[in-house]
Amino acid sequence: MKIMICPLNGARPVSEFAYGGEVRHSPDADTCSDAEWSSYVFNRSGSPGNKYEWWCHIASGFWFIALRDTTRDVVIATYPAERARQPLPPHGGAP
Amino acid sequence: MFTRHDSLKSGYDVVIIGGGGHGLAAAYYLARDHGIRNVAVIEKGYIGGGNTGRNTTIIRSNYLTPEGVKFYDESVRLWQDLGEDFDLNLFYSTRGHYTLAHTDSAMRTMRWRAEVNKHYGVKSEAVDAAFVKRGIPMIDMSCAGHAPILGALFHEPGAIARHDAVAWGYGRGADRRGVEIHQETEVTGIRLQGGRVVGVDTTRGSIATSRVLCAVAGFTPRVLDMVDLRTPIYVHPLQAMVSEPLKPWLDPIIVSGSLHVYVSQTARGELVMGASLDPYELHQTRSTLDFAESLSAHMLDMFPFLSEVNVNRQWAGLADMTPDFAPIMGLTPVEGFFLDAGWGTWGFKATPVCGKTMSQTVATGRNHALIEGFTMDRFARYQLTGEKGAASVGH
Repeated sequence: MKIMICPLNGARPVSEFAYGGEVRHSPDADTCSDAEWSSYVFNRSGSPGNKYEWWCHIASGFWFIALRDTTRDVVIATYPAERARQPLPPHGGAP
Repeated sequence: MFTRHDSLKSGYDVVIIGGGGHGLAAAYYLARDHGIRNVAVIEKGYIGGGNTGRNTTIIRSNYLTPEGVKFYDESVRLWQDLGEDFDLNLFYSTRGHYTLAHTDSAMRTMRWRAEVNKHYGVKSEAVDAAFVKRGIPMIDMSCAGHAPILGALFHEPGAIARHDAVAWGYGRGADRRGVEIHQETEVTGIRLQGGRVVGVDTTRGSIATSRVLCAVAGFTPRVLDMVDLRTPIYVHPLQAMVSEPLKPWLDPIIVSGSLHVYVSQTARGELVMGASLDPYELHQTRSTLDFAESLSAHMLDMFPFLSEVNVNRQWAGLADMTPDFAPIMGLTPVEGFFLDAGWGTWGFKATPVCGKTMSQTVATGRNHALIEGFTMDRFARYQLTGEKGAASVGH
């Protein structure tokens, strides 16, 4: 991957972007168990696959979501950050 | 050098997944120290072809946490007579190791590390700029004017070794004691019954076993999926490169956290160089120009006379990182499934002590005292080990 398509700025070199980790949804802190909470804090889906990830275009400070194949290093699609509030489309990749 | 086995047996006392240094060392000590010889090492590629053959071969114990210092110091001690043990030249070469400090706060950390090290009997000293210049006469102490060297942590036992020979030595030692090494054999599943291990499926057939040791570095999450375990491990590539051979001019090992460089000169005269972890998750060992470019730029800050020297090779390995830069070792919630993982960028130097401690853990079913700070359940207890002395990570 050398070029990333930013939803705001279009095609830019990947060196202009920072990786922000996988998009994850926290359990309800008031109702979940201690084990669920510590698992949310620390555990990650470490296996390769298609994953929704946070990325930031550093120069413009614009955060967005990319669906990326972490085996081939290919970005399949990018979405504006607002999409994180709705369910993202299933992708048949990582668990 | 090894016995080739045409087929797998129907069962083994212990199955070790991963024929790298860690897996082979565990097999060797299981056979040598614990008399457990009915052992299979299952390797999907060839032995030592993963991170064992991809690291920059630095051996040191100047870590920051008491757990880390004690553990790596035991490893440095074990390294000393391995060559004789194996009857194989490991080219173990004690060079002295400088961690350069370019800022006051880095100097403070060096003093801290020196004191922790000395407390546990490890030879480390915080040294001034004049000491550094005497030890590394070829260095530009101003680092091109923008990162002047104020001092360093000097760790006298710092060493390098020939990494392939470590895998071959442990492999041959295990092989001679009856351990079966099966290369080009991939594990496709782990069979459980009532929460305990009963067997392993491979591309060359199924095996019955009650004990499995997983030592597969960057492939750990994929094997953990087979037993339905989740850990904090995340995988980023770590790249390295090597220059053309030069006459010997660099005796010690040099590390600069601020400039993201570590470098040593091998017995063949090549400069082996590394920098920092790639910035995002990837399960691929590709090389990038970004890496070669920025590492070369920082090398030239320290050693401007290298500007005409060619880079010969560049490669990458898959680093299984943890949030506290300490490994994840020992028993797991799955009975009979033992883990030696989370070795990210710091696993080579620990090869002997991992083999020693994991073999005892597998043989007795209880965690070895030296790995108690590294168990998987530390995260649920929020008791992280915080090993900030690790290589190739920003801190």
